[in-house]
Amino acid sequence: MMEWLNKLLPTKRNKKDKTNQSSQKALLIFENTSEVIQAEKILQTQGYKVKVVGPPPEVRKGCDLAIEVPVVEIPGIINLLKTKKVEPLDFISFSEEEILKPVDLFHVKDFGEYLMVRAANMKITVDKRTLTIVNVSGGGCPDVPYLASILIGLNLKNSFPPKEKGHTLCGYALHLAYEKAKELLCSE
Amino acid sequence: MFGIAGIIPDETLPLVYGVPVLKDNRLIIDRWQIPIERGTAALIASAIKTLEVFRKPNPMVFLVGDIGKGTGSKALYQFLAENFLQHSFQVFTFHYILPEVDGCLKVIFSIEKLSKKPFLIADAGFMYTVKMAGYANFFDLFTPDLGELAFLADEKAPHPFYTRGFLLSNEKDIESLIKRAYQHHNAPPYLLVKGEKDWVVYNQEVLATIDEPLVPEFEAIGGTGDTITGMVSALIYAGYPPEKACILAAKANRLAGALASPTPATQISTIIDFIPNALKKLSG
Repeated sequence: MMEWLNKLLPTKRNKKDKTNQSSQKALLIFENTSEVIQAEKILQTQGYKVKVVGPPPEVRKGCDLAIEVPVVEIPGIINLLKTKKVEPLDFISFSEEEILKPVDLFHVKDFGEYLMVRAANMKITVDKRTLTIVNVSGGGCPDVPYLASILIGLNLKNSFPPKEKGHTLCGYALHLAYEKAKELLCSE
Repeated sequence: MFGIAGIIPDETLPLVYGVPVLKDNRLIIDRWQIPIERGTAALIASAIKTLEVFRKPNPMVFLVGDIGKGTGSKALYQFLAENFLQHSFQVFTFHYILPEVDGCLKVIFSIEKLSKKPFLIADAGFMYTVKMAGYANFFDLFTPDLGELAFLADEKAPHPFYTRGFLLSNEKDIESLIKRAYQHHNAPPYLLVKGEKDWVVYNQEVLATIDEPLVPEFEAIGGTGDTITGMVSALIYAGYPPEKACILAAKANRLAGALASPTPATQISTIIDFIPNALKKLSG
């Protein structure tokens, strides 16, 4: 924990830095995307306002995600994640321009009896009458065929959210499409 | 020899390689029986159905179980890097895998040692990682869908998940996305862009578009992109020039779909069954 605190509180900091600290953000870097998804869930359950984003190029390995958190909340966040055994590898401060924002554009296609929702490269199709998930398509990461094999045939209302069993960015994009489909078809 | 590599969504599957047989909607390799409902298995099944029509041998496949954790993908990258030189492939297709630049580069460096490079095709996760590694030009053909084309056009996106909105919202202007992908060296010589209309491109020039028969349900059905990639790979191996192979694969995929009279709930194995009929009708 001391290492984290030392990084968080550099010895020389000017007045301006202190003033801005409450609004400063940092990125938590994890070993893999599965840990990011677990950590996001833990932090959101505990009421932290965190956001999943893409890390800047110098720390990117491939199919990466990171969690954006307020700098001032890092000690509490690290403690919590440590107790849950999902400790990040590192945290870094960043500038807005370096951070990749996940896709927030959805395409919706109505086939009459079926509704298809696409987020980034992932599509989910649901029978509007029964709410059965009938197809999953798109994507290129290994959890896509896996998620498709376990989601197809389930009811949108009662199925597990894809991010619970997904491990990659494609899995996460599928989760976004799933949430959008739920919002469109399951809201009262 | 024609090779295909990718992952199978079954954690119990170790790294296996060999020439599979297709029987009752399953790929049989060693003691393993793999359903062809999606992903790389669907691609392989489509390639086998195509090769049957042209009386060519089945491909040699390199498969490993991975449900997204990456362990299988790492093993596959490593195996390919160490063993690619032992075979003389004329065509090789890379498919679903966890994108990882280091692993991908090891495979590419291994292929670079060959005196004659095979015709290299990438789709899905391997296409993502090749673009991320900056080696799109080393390949010969990518088969992206529209969302993936926007990703190739976005020089900053390391994965389709991060494709910037202004490019994603520009999907109707496919020609400008194609141009941008080439401008940033993120496309190989040939592109087969899969969508409501399929686009066959060579070095930025649109050679053909295919939009008949139109099967709107296709977009919803998982695996319709895999079938087209499987067919085009097999056709190139069977001796078709890339341009003709792309056009025939795009037409046959649509025709197989139309013959299956699908709904958005149809599964891909139903369409794969119609591939030989579609190819025979089109290739005369």
